[in-house]
Amino acid sequence: MVPLDETDRRLLDDFQRDLPLEPRPYAAMARELGLEEAEVIARLAALQDCGAISRIGAVVRPNTAGRSTLAAMAVPADRLEEVGALVAALPEVNHCYEREHRLNLWFVVTAAGAVGVAAALARAAAATGLPVLDLPLEAEYRIDLGFPLRWT
Amino acid sequence: MDEADRRIVAATQDGLPLVPRPYHAVAAAAGLTPEEVMARMHRLLAEGAIRRIGAVPNHYALGYRFNGMAVWEVAEERVDALGARIAALGLSSHCYRRPRHPPDWPYNLFTMVHGRTREEALHWVETIAVVLGEAVRAREVLFSSRILKKTGLRLVG
Repeated sequence: MVPLDETDRRLLDDFQRDLPLEPRPYAAMARELGLEEAEVIARLAALQDCGAISRIGAVVRPNTAGRSTLAAMAVPADRLEEVGALVAALPEVNHCYEREHRLNLWFVVTAAGAVGVAAALARAAAATGLPVLDLPLEAEYRIDLGFPLRWT
Repeated sequence: MDEADRRIVAATQDGLPLVPRPYHAVAAAAGLTPEEVMARMHRLLAEGAIRRIGAVPNHYALGYRFNGMAVWEVAEERVDALGARIAALGLSSHCYRRPRHPPDWPYNLFTMVHGRTREEALHWVETIAVVLGEAVRAREVLFSSRILKKTGLRLVG
């Protein structure tokens, strides 16, 4: 686990949302935290380098800028490496992971439109010879406050 | 979203650059003025197309190594009300309705929980189970065991 100091935690706690929309957002964050702009930038870069944050950016509502779906496959244990590599290699697959279940390979397909999503699922099935379960989002329930991190 | 909005999203999908004026860099990449980028992002936030702008934490690197996808079969007529209640608990990072594929996959409500231990993740699942109560007909928790690929939002084609 990545060691973080108090200032790093505040950066993560206070700025999972509401990065200021002004010309110098990191300077605005620095003012709130009592730091210099250069230190905020350096800390964010360090948090990104060590993987504590995946990026500073906009989180877009699903199916807004494009179309996506969640898909799952039941892959025989002895084919998991091969099939996982084939699926992960598809450019439309932006997230691919194993889960402990009969349906053991899960992936998210994103494309500009529904046709692109369907084509990617068809290619995943054709390349592996395995059926693909398509589980598109039907409704999303949320109060989006970011995910509360418990530090202790 | 119009074409210019999409260019802004494309220019930010790898993250905002860590330079003093990041929206200026986005503007240059999207072929817009910085004022227009900020105004459009304001509007997209207000409309909900952009959920938030900020640091996107990596749960795994922060010690939340146990990611459980808890899936529940609940009656169709109750799923929306129950989903809203579960989301309001703030225990899950995501709460979705997805289509059922019975008999193998009867689940229509998906909740994602994170724990520093498997027990902690399962504790959140049990808390959710209490709220769902007797509406649950079947359920499972699928822990992720290995990430094969993870990138930000990518639009292809």
